[in-house]
Amino acid sequence: MGGQVIELQIYQLAAAYIFVLLLMVIVRIKGIHREKEIVIASIRMTLQLILTGYILVYLFENPHPALVILAIAVMLVFAVSNIIKRVKTPLSPKIKKVIALSMASGTLVSIIYFILVVINLSPWYEPRYFIPIAGMIIGNSMTGISLGVSRLVDGMNTQKNLVEAALMLGATPKAASKHIANNAFDSAIIPTINSMVGMGIVFLPGLMTGQILSGVSPVTAIEYQIAIMLGIVGSVSLTVIIFVELGYKTFFNHEHQLEL
Amino acid sequence: MYCLEGVKYRDILAIDSLCFPTNKITSVVGESGSGKTTLLRLLNKLISNDEGTILFNGTSLRDIDSILLRRKVVMLSQLPAIFPGSVKDNLLLGFTFADKPPVDDEKLYEALKMVHLSKELSGNAETLSGGEKQRLALARVILMEPDVFLLDEPSSALDDETEQLIIEKLVRHTRETGKTLIMVTHSKKVAREFSDVIIELKNGRVVGKEGV
Ligand SMILES: Nc1ncnc2c1ncn2[C@@H]1O[C@H](COP(=O)(O)OP(=O)(O)OP(=O)(O)O)[C@@H](O)[C@H]1O
Ligand SMILES: [Mg+2]
Repeated sequence: MGGQVIELQIYQLAAAYIFVLLLMVIVRIKGIHREKEIVIASIRMTLQLILTGYILVYLFENPHPALVILAIAVMLVFAVSNIIKRVKTPLSPKIKKVIALSMASGTLVSIIYFILVVINLSPWYEPRYFIPIAGMIIGNSMTGISLGVSRLVDGMNTQKNLVEAALMLGATPKAASKHIANNAFDSAIIPTINSMVGMGIVFLPGLMTGQILSGVSPVTAIEYQIAIMLGIVGSVSLTVIIFVELGYKTFFNHEHQLEL
Repeated sequence: MYCLEGVKYRDILAIDSLCFPTNKITSVVGESGSGKTTLLRLLNKLISNDEGTILFNGTSLRDIDSILLRRKVVMLSQLPAIFPGSVKDNLLLGFTFADKPPVDDEKLYEALKMVHLSKELSGNAETLSGGEKQRLALARVILMEPDVFLLDEPSSALDDETEQLIIEKLVRHTRETGKTLIMVTHSKKVAREFSDVIIELKNGRVVGKEGV
């Protein structure tokens, strides 16, 4: 990595915090009562990142497949609990299982394909690559699936009458919930599609920005960005497809009756 | 057609013994909250009884696949269910759901005529009035040509005159095609005039049977 990286000094970071303080003054003047959230979020973010920094340093210095797998498992557990927390409506135990299952299988397949086939990483668990790539794939799938879960659950609740009317006409549960399932898939995938469309023009994506900042040639950075973006689209689609395919079933019992 | 023995559903319905005859018109009456809708939902297997047996042509509902049953015994919900799209989309949805080949426009217009709905097939279904939606949903059920019609207040949103006309046609159609009709109605007049059997519910119990 040829370029010179400007190391941030403590006082420079402090300046960044002052920026947030200024923001809070404005928020207060405007009468928006969000100071507490901003403070908590800033502190939380700082602590989490410092912790993550130390963990990453440790992982990079002691590359070991078991540690990398553990890291992925931790990320997945966090992602799944985050999804469950983010969705406002109460979730049945069955659908929580489906969320966990689809997140695990969808992201793992994507990560494995990406690491082994696309990047052809060796050793496959090289943490410097494996962890950030897995993190991006899991993070984006988490965002997508959260939207999908909300839409599916809300749809089932608000359109209960239509689903039951379809059943009364002899529809299979799959046909009766097709509208809602398609809708859930759309809303999960649309943010990713939008971010692809705006990419490079409206904003420079994080991965690319990071690489450029650390001195990598923009062309290489772009290659990585394209590859990771495709990986993310693939993973979001895959996790959401698995989720929707299994998720709608949790609303019906074996007698094909709607259970809400 | 249907026989219920010792049927209980939660604390909503408790029916010792009740039969619905084949090829007949049966009306279910009773005050609001007496369990009429719940009874129809049991017959359509949208819900299952906790105790007792419901026989359909001699076979327990527990041994009949719900989807196959619902394709023979189509239910019309109390609140008409209208899907986004045109009148035609809504009529054809029944065929999609029941996995049957669709029919041509002429047949669709015939069904609309039967429920006295003079709307174009291309019209938007969601902007229809409440009573029109109810008739559209009824037309969709008629097109399914089920063995048994389970209709939950098919004419509740209609004026007396239209109600009379439509129920009359429906009853004639049922008799001509040798089908069975079970309908919930709030109208004592409709029940008296058109049905062979009248069943009255109160607090989830059968308190009156006429014509059986
Ligand atoms: N899913 C349910 N959970 C709890 N209670 C229910 C449920 N479904 C129906 N009930 C109750 O069971 C009773 C019977 O309801 P049902 O809908 O069968 O009445 P109905 O005779 O059709 O009334 P209406 O003439 O007003 O349509 C009501 O008191 C209702 O509140
Ligand atoms: Mg009712």
